[in-house]
Amino acid sequence: MSVVTTPQRIDRTGRVGENAPRPDGIPKVTGDFAFSGDFRHAGMLWGGTLRSPHPSARVLSVDVSRALAMTGVHAALTWEDVPGSLHYGLEHPDQPVLADGVVRYQGEPVAVVAADHPDTVRRALDAIVVDYRELQPLIDPELAEEAPPIHPDGNLIRRIQLRHGPQEAVGDVAVEGTYEVGMQDQAPLGTESGLAVPDDRGGVDLYVSTQDLHADRDQVAACLGLEPEAVRLTLAGVGGAFGAREDISLHVHLCLLALRTGRPVKMSYSRTESFHGHVHRHPARMWYRHHARADGTLVRVEARLLFDGGAYASTSSAVLANATCFAVGPYRVDSAQIEGVAVRTNNPPCGAMRGFGCVQVCFAHEAQMDRLADALGMDPVELRLANALEPGDRIITGQRITGTAPVAEVIRSCADHPSAAARSDNPMSRPGGAGRTADVEHVVRGEALAVGFKNLMFSEGFDDYSTAACRLADGVATITSACAEVGQGFVTLAHQIAHEVLGVDEVVLAPVSTATIASAGSTSASRQTWMSGGAVQAACEAVRARLLDRVAAAHGVPVDDLVLVDGRVAALSGAFEMDLAEATAQPVEAEEVYRHAPTVALDDDGQGDAHVSFAFSAHRAIVDVDVDLGLVKVVELTTSQDVGRVLNPLQVIGQLEGGAAQGIGLAVLEELQVAEGRILNPSFTDYLLPTALDMPPVEIAALIEQPEPGAPFGAKGVGEPPTISSTAAVAAAVRRATGLDLPRVPIRPADIAFRGGTGQRPTGEDPS
Amino acid sequence: MLAGGTDLMVEVNHGRRHLVDVVTLDQIPELSHWERNGDVFRLGSGLTYTALAGPLLADFLPGLAQAARTVGSPQIRNSGTLGGNLATASPAGDTIPVLAALDAVVELRSADGHREVPVTDFITGVKHNDLRPGELIEAIRVPVADGPQEFLKVGTRNAMVISVVSLAMVVDLSAHQVRVGLGAVSPVPERATEAEAFINGLIDWDGQVLPEAATVDRFADLVVTAASPIDDHRGSAAYRRHALGVLARRALIRCFGEENR
Amino acid sequence: MTVDPYVLHINGADHPVVDGRIDESLLWVLRERLELPGSKNACEEGECGSCTVRLDDEIVCSCLVLAASAAGRRITTIEGLAAEGELADVQQAFIDAGAVQCGFCTPGLLVAIDRLLDDHPDPEELTVQEAISGNLCRCTGYGRILAAVQLAAAARRGSETQAVVR
Repeated sequence: MSVVTTPQRIDRTGRVGENAPRPDGIPKVTGDFAFSGDFRHAGMLWGGTLRSPHPSARVLSVDVSRALAMTGVHAALTWEDVPGSLHYGLEHPDQPVLADGVVRYQGEPVAVVAADHPDTVRRALDAIVVDYRELQPLIDPELAEEAPPIHPDGNLIRRIQLRHGPQEAVGDVAVEGTYEVGMQDQAPLGTESGLAVPDDRGGVDLYVSTQDLHADRDQVAACLGLEPEAVRLTLAGVGGAFGAREDISLHVHLCLLALRTGRPVKMSYSRTESFHGHVHRHPARMWYRHHARADGTLVRVEARLLFDGGAYASTSSAVLANATCFAVGPYRVDSAQIEGVAVRTNNPPCGAMRGFGCVQVCFAHEAQMDRLADALGMDPVELRLANALEPGDRIITGQRITGTAPVAEVIRSCADHPSAAARSDNPMSRPGGAGRTADVEHVVRGEALAVGFKNLMFSEGFDDYSTAACRLADGVATITSACAEVGQGFVTLAHQIAHEVLGVDEVVLAPVSTATIASAGSTSASRQTWMSGGAVQAACEAVRARLLDRVAAAHGVPVDDLVLVDGRVAALSGAFEMDLAEATAQPVEAEEVYRHAPTVALDDDGQGDAHVSFAFSAHRAIVDVDVDLGLVKVVELTTSQDVGRVLNPLQVIGQLEGGAAQGIGLAVLEELQVAEGRILNPSFTDYLLPTALDMPPVEIAALIEQPEPGAPFGAKGVGEPPTISSTAAVAAAVRRATGLDLPRVPIRPADIAFRGGTGQRPTGEDPS
Repeated sequence: MLAGGTDLMVEVNHGRRHLVDVVTLDQIPELSHWERNGDVFRLGSGLTYTALAGPLLADFLPGLAQAARTVGSPQIRNSGTLGGNLATASPAGDTIPVLAALDAVVELRSADGHREVPVTDFITGVKHNDLRPGELIEAIRVPVADGPQEFLKVGTRNAMVISVVSLAMVVDLSAHQVRVGLGAVSPVPERATEAEAFINGLIDWDGQVLPEAATVDRFADLVVTAASPIDDHRGSAAYRRHALGVLARRALIRCFGEENR
Repeated sequence: MTVDPYVLHINGADHPVVDGRIDESLLWVLRERLELPGSKNACEEGECGSCTVRLDDEIVCSCLVLAASAAGRRITTIEGLAAEGELADVQQAFIDAGAVQCGFCTPGLLVAIDRLLDDHPDPEELTVQEAISGNLCRCTGYGRILAAVQLAAAARRGSETQAVVR
């Protein structure tokens, strides 16, 4: 084994635009990086959660006395032990901390315990007696609005009636389709876990993996009945997120147990519990009708979108707004009527997942564009180019695109990129992989392109901001931000930005905690590069200005002549130079709040300047399909993306490849199967994530760099688009290969083998 | 009794099973031993899937090697054993259809003595077997077959996936037999005996030539009739039947070559 | 049910386990009793590879190894891949190739790839894909990981040619 000696402290970073290494890279490869499940504490207890086996039931009683009587059990709590608000939620506090009389989904927490060992926890949970009276679950979202309410807030979470332009427009051709998307899970590899440590003043410290410390803190404090300052959240290492950590999960439970027992308490969900313990991507049913002129010009789009929110609201309202606003894709259309509906059912709760509402509609609008191209006899790429949005165009909310919109560039570069896909002679590379089911003659190939469209950052008038502080002392910059690093690489960008602005090599990121700084907002909506990147930039620039003012005053140099470069303060004239460490022996500090341009709420017709900025992507998929068995191998994925400006090429590639893998997963593998409100496959044995043998090479045709006005360094967030158009492209390529409609993802083997999932046999053989 | 642990430890980790006394078998070299005695291979029950897929055994037992290579992941194949696959007795156990097609016999050992049971009798139901208290799977005896062998497994993912349906085919040229084992389509290991009898009588064994295509289809239909699959979250019974027929057709053509049709 | 004290030989050192319970997995004992939390727990059923360790010469899922049964065997975890303050070639390659995002799958992958390169100093892509098909990564889509394997292989071969990161 060859060994490289490397100092434990990263002292090299890079400028903005370079491949700076991750500052957390070394601890992550040595195993030293502390994830939320890795924390330990002297005298620590283990926590566990009792969950409802029923999707809908009255809880007549919960008896914890037998559990409490067990040796080693220190607490067993129910809703009656919740001192503050009994409910929490990101948009509406509608979700019980612990079930208070009713359970509305399978897996809903009913009681929590703390004990000396996980095995004791397990036995204590078994000893809790719950008297349920089962109710008929509401499982069909189509029936939700008419059904008796399953929650005091009713079964309608939100309806948006978007009307844009003249409503009577018709074209020469109309195509219609109904599409369905199954329930995808974020499946971050790190399950929910954390450690709560009580203090001696009635407060608590919580070390937890999350996407938004401050939003968590506020919800936790409200449920504990404590002032926010008494609840301090510190970011523990996050094993992926993808939306699964936008809502709180075990946070309040851990704090309740710690405060009750006076002992530190650790909890770590099993994989099965994790599948039950966080929200999922909304399953959707979508009806569309596209009208176009004979030359391909889109005239009008009608759609009805039904999103199943499951038992609690979570972020359904915002997900639905995205789905509705971006329902037609990145195309110019002067007339639209989109009805978006999100409802409550007794299915597992749904909320944020990478792509946030745009994944579902992209699958549908891109299928429609292909269908329209077929109806018109047009090339599907040309049809898309003919309707591609341009800067200055209005989207269907009436909002004019004032920033960049290189839609045509994204499409053309992706479509024109040469393919490197060859036919492999290794059976492992064919559909069916290691199972070696297909021979060459059983495989057909298909190729197709899809285009994705999404907003960046929070919309609809949300006061979206990020706070960051910079302290420059002895030539070392310390950055404080509550931005949750979940793997995306914000920590690298923070280093690069500080290096760029201050000319320092040594950058330290302070621990991420609610105790030291105000909110950075959520690590979601592709927003942190822009928002917290902007806040870090602003704080560093403020420090630079203060420092230069001070040096100018102290040394009688004109401030406009001074620059910070390579660890020195220098005059451009060459008349003055000073080591930065010396110049900052007396520290310089600044804290700044960054806000993006304000947005407004949608009006009654779904119109308004509700969004800040937009990003676009295209994927071209090449797939091999074993039609008889219905098995698919994605052979190659080519992508182009509108990125504004590349701040770190390797990290951008990582986002594009990783996002595409999740898109492929939704296209052909990943679905939480729910029957009668129960999840049938809550394990990694049966919820199938793509393996290395399922992922094709991702060819990056182009990163379109058109700096976005108003964005720090001109950069757009890059995390979500790769997940949006990849699913649609793979599904379309399977359609091309098979000639089938395939209106649903994930595409299951039987959908292909039985020619469209009707259960019909392909060759007229008797299925019995 | 713990061999590779890849099934039992899952139960333990999830709190579904509590261990009291454990006998671990993974460090008993005799159990990981294999030998050839004339026309019979004797495979120690502790042979891992990695060992079964290795070149030494794969040359003689290619169907078993291919099945072993599709089990779980490299990590699982390094731990999981042939004996463990039988002890767990899952309908989706990947080696089981191959062992059935090979006419394998399970050698059982206890303090009281030794007995032998054909693999198709050893597994008595879903996750049930004929193992008696105090008994251990010592070895699996497999007669050598001198023709081609195939194992095909349908899983939705390209690797690390539990079988939705699988099929093993062993051709014994000397005995003029095609033998077919079915996986994940029945509670106990099934052989497609009717299909076997049908095709054995039609093959031109001297030229190793297949009959015409219609006969291949009839063979596939008969294989399907031997299955009694269920609907579950991994696939429907209808899909399993359909896919089984496809696998039967492909396996037969792989073993005898399409050009002979 | 407690088990008699036993000793695990991990990363070249003996680690006594006292007061252990019979049904504890090697992963649990590493993480919770021996303060070696580098091996990760993501499924506890051998379907993710996050807990991969080397047991004697082969990689296994430590979640499926009964801890007490590993007494007397050589165990190598992520913490033992390189000496303190040093990085193994695979570790350096992961950093250089951008193969690390959230990092949760990283330790298991590194142990698996380190073992792969013992047998395959110049592995083909399909060989690598099969070798790591038991290690799920949710962040990267595996592209940078495959690139890192080639970088590490080149480093280990001492090759003059710079492996190109695709």
